[in-house]
Amino acid sequence: MVNSVNGERSTVNGTNRALEILDSVKDPEVPVLSVVELGVVRGVEVTGDAVTVTVTPTYTGCPAMQVIEDDIRAALEAAGFRDVTINTVYAPAWTTDWMSETAREKLRAYGIAPPHLVGAGPLVPLGPTVRTVACPFCGSSNTTTASEFGATACKSLHVCHACRQPFEHFKAF
Amino acid sequence: MAKSEAPALVPCLLRLGDDRLVLGHRNSEWCGHGPVLEEDIAIANISLDLLGQATLFLRLAGELEGKGRDEDALAYWRDENRFTNLQMLELPRGDFGFTILRQFLFDAWSFHHLEALASSAHAELAALAAKAHKETRYHLRHSSEWVVRLGDGTEESHRRIQSSLDELWPWTGEFFWQNEVDAELAAAGVAPDPETLRAPWESMVKELLGRATLVIPSGLMRMTGGRLGRHTEHLGHMLAEMQIVARSHPGAKW
Repeated sequence: MVNSVNGERSTVNGTNRALEILDSVKDPEVPVLSVVELGVVRGVEVTGDAVTVTVTPTYTGCPAMQVIEDDIRAALEAAGFRDVTINTVYAPAWTTDWMSETAREKLRAYGIAPPHLVGAGPLVPLGPTVRTVACPFCGSSNTTTASEFGATACKSLHVCHACRQPFEHFKAF
Repeated sequence: MAKSEAPALVPCLLRLGDDRLVLGHRNSEWCGHGPVLEEDIAIANISLDLLGQATLFLRLAGELEGKGRDEDALAYWRDENRFTNLQMLELPRGDFGFTILRQFLFDAWSFHHLEALASSAHAELAALAAKAHKETRYHLRHSSEWVVRLGDGTEESHRRIQSSLDELWPWTGEFFWQNEVDAELAAAGVAPDPETLRAPWESMVKELLGRATLVIPSGLMRMTGGRLGRHTEHLGHMLAEMQIVARSHPGAKW
């Protein structure tokens, strides 16, 4: 920052600092991704030692959302922000398309098959899943879906017939 | 008054919330009792989505109503005759075929209903509907697969789900019931005219039930009064169980 007034500079620096802190807050269910990588954090505004974080929920009933908000607040307060406000927005609706390639790679390395891009096309509303999910362990496409619903709202269950491993898939949403 | 602030919006949001609260609670009764582990988890997940959607719709209803009632007050402190859910959703869960067929009939309607609401003139309602619609697509795919598997399955599974269809079908008429609330919202562009959902719902349901080799019973679609707070004898029993803890320990935190 060159030639900026002190207040402005501290705001920009403050926002970067807040973002850095948020990037250390992990999803409690998928601790390999931060809440920023997950796409839950939609905006950060810093004024002095006050910070407003805008978040959007993943699934409407996801019990992790309250934990995520508490963790965000605790992390920012621990870093010296005195006035932490968390705003929730619902539009645009959260999508796994916001996950970066790096984040997808982290998921795969962690043993969870990452989501494919949803894009503009609708999910097929009726009938079985046609898309095959590659095994995150051996890369084989010789897999079948065991259940569209898994241990958390965001994941489905699959089995790899090549390496005989059951695995989870972060659903495209 | 701005058209997006139609007074009918509160009853509309209560209906949306109550449908999902009641069905979500009914389905949650399967938790720990599912026919197989994967299905136990699936139904629990669907229940969780429905309860999450109910939370958002009821919260907004409470905010717009302006009487200081939040989603918990609306869920736990209203009596049976204040609930405006569809009667079909409060029926006891029956066997697994009954539960999954009811889920399918509801999902197919909800899929089209939420899709229409996603372009509502009321921005907050539109945002919540668009979000819920994404979840509903997964529910619909899941419930429709099961209906085909059971309908076009063994003699026993076919017989049982056909008998569930015979029992459930007359209740589906209530999807398209309407009164002045719907007329006002449709005129303001806030919600669709319920009748416009009938053709797409019927077409989806008939196609799928055909694939499942199930026969739609003939006879009248029964009209009911769920939207006006009139319910079967089953809702009161369900609410008694659902509300007892909150009412025994008002304001408890844990």
